[in-house]
Amino acid sequence: MTDTDTQPRHRELGLTDHEYALILDGLGRTPTDVELAMLSLMWSEHCAYKHSKKLLRRLPTEGAHVLVGPGENAGAVDAGDGLAVAFKVESHNHPSAVEPFQGAATGVGGILRDIFAVGARPIAVLDSLRFGEPASSQRSRYLLEHAVAGIGHYGNSIGVPTVGGEIYFEQSYEQNCLVNAMAVGLAPHDRLTSAAAAGPGNLVLLFGARTGRDGIGGASVLASAELSGGTGGDGGDHAKRPTVQIGDPFAEKKLMECSLELLDRELLASLQDLGAAGLTSAASEMASKGGVGLDIDVSRVPLREADMEPFEIMVSESQERMLCVVEPRLLDQVTAVCERWEVQAAVIGEVTASRHFRILRGSELVGEIPVELLVDDCPLYDLAPERPTTTLYGGGDQRVATDADPATQLKALLASANIASRLPVYEQYDPVVQSRTVRRPGEADAAVLALPVLSASSGAGGEPIPGIAVAIDGNGRRVAVDPRAGAAEVVYECAANLACVGAEPLGLTNCLNFGNPEKPHVAWQLVEAVEGLAQACRDLDVPVVGGNVSLYNESPEGPILPTPVIGMVGRLPDVRHAGRLGFANPGDRIALVGDFNPRRDGSEIAKLHGSAPAGALPGKDVVALRSAHQRVREGVRTRAFTSAHDIAEGGLLVALAECCIAGGVGAIVTLPDGLDPFGEDLGTAFIVSGPTEALAGLRVIGAVGGRELNVEGLLKLPVSELSAIHGDGLAALVS
Amino acid sequence: MKFGVIRFPGTCDDVDALLAAQRVGEAEILWHRDRDLKGVDAVVIPGGFSYGDYLRTGAIARFAPVMESVIEFAHAGGLVLGICNGFQILCEAGLLPGALLINDNLRFVFRQVLLDVADHDTPFTRNCPPTLSIPVKHTTGRYYAPEPVQVVLRYAPGQNPNGSQDDIAGVVNNAGNVFGLMPHPEHAVDALTGSDDGLTIFESIRAAVSERVPVA
Repeated sequence: MTDTDTQPRHRELGLTDHEYALILDGLGRTPTDVELAMLSLMWSEHCAYKHSKKLLRRLPTEGAHVLVGPGENAGAVDAGDGLAVAFKVESHNHPSAVEPFQGAATGVGGILRDIFAVGARPIAVLDSLRFGEPASSQRSRYLLEHAVAGIGHYGNSIGVPTVGGEIYFEQSYEQNCLVNAMAVGLAPHDRLTSAAAAGPGNLVLLFGARTGRDGIGGASVLASAELSGGTGGDGGDHAKRPTVQIGDPFAEKKLMECSLELLDRELLASLQDLGAAGLTSAASEMASKGGVGLDIDVSRVPLREADMEPFEIMVSESQERMLCVVEPRLLDQVTAVCERWEVQAAVIGEVTASRHFRILRGSELVGEIPVELLVDDCPLYDLAPERPTTTLYGGGDQRVATDADPATQLKALLASANIASRLPVYEQYDPVVQSRTVRRPGEADAAVLALPVLSASSGAGGEPIPGIAVAIDGNGRRVAVDPRAGAAEVVYECAANLACVGAEPLGLTNCLNFGNPEKPHVAWQLVEAVEGLAQACRDLDVPVVGGNVSLYNESPEGPILPTPVIGMVGRLPDVRHAGRLGFANPGDRIALVGDFNPRRDGSEIAKLHGSAPAGALPGKDVVALRSAHQRVREGVRTRAFTSAHDIAEGGLLVALAECCIAGGVGAIVTLPDGLDPFGEDLGTAFIVSGPTEALAGLRVIGAVGGRELNVEGLLKLPVSELSAIHGDGLAALVS
Repeated sequence: MKFGVIRFPGTCDDVDALLAAQRVGEAEILWHRDRDLKGVDAVVIPGGFSYGDYLRTGAIARFAPVMESVIEFAHAGGLVLGICNGFQILCEAGLLPGALLINDNLRFVFRQVLLDVADHDTPFTRNCPPTLSIPVKHTTGRYYAPEPVQVVLRYAPGQNPNGSQDDIAGVVNNAGNVFGLMPHPEHAVDALTGSDDGLTIFESIRAAVSERVPVA
């Protein structure tokens, strides 16, 4: 942007001329500065979903277990026994590309606030990360190191365990890294809280951190435009660093405990967190949901800097703040709880019957906007999808010869950044705080959390201990090959992960990370991916209870790989029987479960061969897929299986090697005739082990035992060597 | 017997410590602003990031009103267990020698580690087996003391996660009634969540208390 001096103000703020005309029409006059600032944010892609809202209506959102669907701060499902599980995934991509530590940290902070805003205590965090190629890019190693440190800093310090996640490295994320954070919370059904403001005359209370100039315009400047690239010097994205918010997990810890205590004592009429677009978004959404109006007096907002303008106060994205509605008679009690937690609180306005959002500075009216204009009247755009005629993404360097022997290829896969052990990363996160974690990262394909508080008498007399399983997944490479089939595969794979611990899906949340939707080829990826997601949700009967869209992930080199990320929550009847991924008992047989039709297009081996993500993904027999998931779930729940692991990136040999490495024991296997040892067909098939009788009716392919992975006619490698290669792959890059 | 578990703003492992203590006795939370220890037989200062760990880990918490009472309690012979941030606070308060420095790799580390019990003759370890599997999770856990100290726990050979001096994982004061350790025994009280070795530390305290004359 070179001519900002001559640009009309609305364009500087990201509004089109057409949108500005609608605003003039809606107000019947020219907006004031504060009104224009508020409207530009509420009408940004990040807040209004103007390029995706119509599309998202195609996702199934209803199901037997859904308690709260999309629309609130987080969706929630029924986990049984009167307990609700609230969860949501959200992106913090652009802030993390500009300032990875604070961007990732505040991503975690923001998603945690969404969870306790609905009245649930956060019990788990997961994250999904994408960076450029770490071997060749110093920038990607820097982003990885600092984003991981930022996530750990926030989650570890606030006392919420980080129980799972995934990381992939692809050239297309070089300028636009992805940092998606998911949080899961727990609440009794009747504690679930709405953000809808109610009761004209009730007070609007802002509590938590003071409001400063940090993060001004984050939603429009960062989240709704392409990054220009470049990190050094005076220009480029470096100059955007002041738009990134700074996180303080200590402040949020107090805010969380304070909010939960206020809800426990039933002192609040409604509760809302402040995220993107700050007070503007929080207050207008509360008013919109409640069908009321609000008067906010900016002179009553506690500030970090005394001379802030009304528009700055209204759009500041300072972290660790919440907004609530309180009946006047309860104000003293609310204030007392805030004081106990050393959380600053101020009455900044009140609920009105006017359906208008009025901004005052003392007695002076500085802005007045109909709530509907702010929240509902942003135009929604149809996409103009067009299937690209050529592949959008190139191949990379060839890392292993296509005709190398199977042992060499397997070792290259295990050492590759996308498949190597994630231990160096998850060792930087606390997975156990809150004493619920029954399966930690590395132990199983999904994290498992006990629902009741564990005590000496848990499970006494054979009583089951119910729990939930959570997993997060995405695979941009395969979605690039075929957005519809690839997006569906992500859902299947997430469900497969849950099946491996014995859990049945209750619901999912998604984060759609794509390039610029105004470009026809990106629009096509987005439309196809949403169709694929919707189909897979119907196939597995898993509703979408919430999510987030992150568009404009583009740099001058092009769009990122289309990356829908799925977070899924499932229930298992007894955590004592939760599955593990590692082989454990020498003598156990090994079986291949599922209709496995591997292909190399879009696979990790294809990547190591230097191939572009192109071609076709395997077709799926959904009936067979559902039945394989069911078979694995049952085998795990009944303890018939010793281990269960889904065959994911890298294919069958990688899955077998992972089972050996995790268990520290070898295996002798004969592959079925003609089966590609490195092809992929995600979400359809599993490696399970167990006694002979437990595997009756399954396709037995070998046995557990010895110290080598011995695949008849293909390779024979010591598990210790596989383990070392797998362990060093990422460690060498992050140390 | 009754444990008191202190809650500062920013404490994270308070509920975990409470649940662990409740497996062997009664337990309740003690609020940082209160001076009343409510007649507890042993005090647990749990892990977390008290006062955001601002300034220096444990540096602000030691000035909390409740700590005045804990210091009196310790000087009178009461049993005090400091875990992770609690260990850091006890060092800052002068109840234990030495200091905790940032890990040698400068990163937070979570790891299930093996510990050798170097001294079974303490109220905190009398019921412990020779080795314990307990997780560590900290950024500032590298123990350092210029003078000789009474070592109770060491990281087993090859298990030192932070570069601490002489593999020290936990120490007691000269009187033997104040114990600080970086590993988290409250996260090893149930085989379902990985290990129940840490429970032996809480059981040791209960056994020790049952034999003592209560502290006034």
